[in-house]
Amino acid sequence: MITFARYEIVRTFRNRRFFIFSVGFPVVLYFTIAGPNRNEHNFANSGLPAALYYMVGLTAFGTMNTVLSTGTRIAGERAAGWNRQLRLTPLSTRDYFRTKVVVAYLMACITIIVLYASGISLGVSLPAGEWARMTGLILVGLVPFIALGVLMGHLLTTDSIGPAMGGTTALLSLLGGVWFPVNSGALHDIAEALPSYWLVQASHVSLGGHGWTAKGWFIMAAWAVVLAFAASWAYRRDTQRV
Amino acid sequence: MVSATANDTTTISLQGLTKSFASPAGPVHAVRGIDIEIRAGETVALLGPNGAGKSTTIDMLLGLLPPDSGSVSVFGRSPTGAIAQGAIGAMLQTGSLIRDLSVRELLDMMASLYPGPLGVDEVIDLAGIGEIADRRTQRLSGGETQRARFAVALVSNPALLVLDEPTVAMDVESRHAFWDSMRGFAARGKTIIFATHYLEEADANADRAVLMAHGSIVADGPTTEIKAMVGLRTIRATLPDAELAALEALAGVTSVERRGQAIVLHCADSDAAIRALLAAYPDVRDIEITGAGLEQAFLQLTGVET
Repeated sequence: MITFARYEIVRTFRNRRFFIFSVGFPVVLYFTIAGPNRNEHNFANSGLPAALYYMVGLTAFGTMNTVLSTGTRIAGERAAGWNRQLRLTPLSTRDYFRTKVVVAYLMACITIIVLYASGISLGVSLPAGEWARMTGLILVGLVPFIALGVLMGHLLTTDSIGPAMGGTTALLSLLGGVWFPVNSGALHDIAEALPSYWLVQASHVSLGGHGWTAKGWFIMAAWAVVLAFAASWAYRRDTQRV
Repeated sequence: MVSATANDTTTISLQGLTKSFASPAGPVHAVRGIDIEIRAGETVALLGPNGAGKSTTIDMLLGLLPPDSGSVSVFGRSPTGAIAQGAIGAMLQTGSLIRDLSVRELLDMMASLYPGPLGVDEVIDLAGIGEIADRRTQRLSGGETQRARFAVALVSNPALLVLDEPTVAMDVESRHAFWDSMRGFAARGKTIIFATHYLEEADANADRAVLMAHGSIVADGPTTEIKAMVGLRTIRATLPDAELAALEALAGVTSVERRGQAIVLHCADSDAAIRALLAAYPDVRDIEITGAGLEQAFLQLTGVET
């Protein structure tokens, strides 16, 4: 199991596209957007400096892409008939998922570290406790996205998953407030029901609060449970030739 | 760990298996009630033309497809149970390898999932893939990928090895090397089931052939017997004036057709038939003798017109 997971990680790290889209792309966007606004200390009345706001926004965007790309890899493996091959081994469904989750988190951690470093270079400064709490919230907040990645990977084909992923992340990041704060109106009501909104809200720990309200925790838990069930259903039914 | 050897009495048993698929033109009956019993240590060919139901049968044997009715037992367990024990190795018909690993790394990765795998070097040796062992999987040719997939199927040291049309995409040389490796594995007392649509492959590599057509078993016996049944040849020649009844009476001929100026003789023994034909009709022209091919042989055997 450990050997199996180790090779999964090796495989991922040898894939250059991962570094370009999951790490390079968000970093370039961060400097492009936050760089010119680095002296803005109350960005769009959010109470947060622009450098911090966008650091968390693009960390959310980057990690979302990173863990959703689990689905792209699954779709590729299915197209290669690999998931049928894995079913002929003693690897249990639980260990299969465990490996996918571990690899997804490891990759997400790389995205997080690189984005934090970029943030610090633009003057983001937080007490250690707030860094830790913020990171904790981001890691918890990725659970529904990992499940969504697995779900899409088992439902879609290699041809359809690219556009579907692109559309999903674009919509989720827009409504989640990655690009600008979604503070009021009907858009805010919709946004609050999305997991990406709360992922971005992780930056609010620096306002002295817990970052997520009870409502936020409830919405995240609901998404996580529903998507995890859907993902395991999709895996179980997915035994046919593709 | 299941260790079935030729001494074990345990068997693989498929009983009353049926499977249909929905299609726009109505249900397709891929498998229509088949029974197969296989003793441990046997090498069995599932022989049949495309669409005979071989892959569907194999998918049910492996538990990848639930049968509509009937049962599958592998070493006294369900397919899933036998797989959980690491008792089955399989090379499916469609499929390639995951990328970004060398063949050796991939084998090591897969070996780690099993309770009693072969050593990676032993597998590389057994499958004869030393030359490609350190190459990344995405850089392999079609035939090399097949050989590497065969190694993946062997790595668990399975008691039962299942191969679905394994030589597709292999060139002649790879085929030879592949079957040599397979026989080497069979010699360790393993049970092997492989699907093929080549009579020669079944004849050369299996003890027994199960002949399938249109989802049913047409014949099941030692490969020598099966070969005699389906190894039919056809003689085609221009012979405008001969009577069909007289031709049918020639030695070695089983049936006759007329196609315009030409006659077509279906022969159980084409050697005897051609001698008799030339003796009786010295003016016969444009003679062609061809192997009937499985499709035609099956039509002869089953009398089913498609």
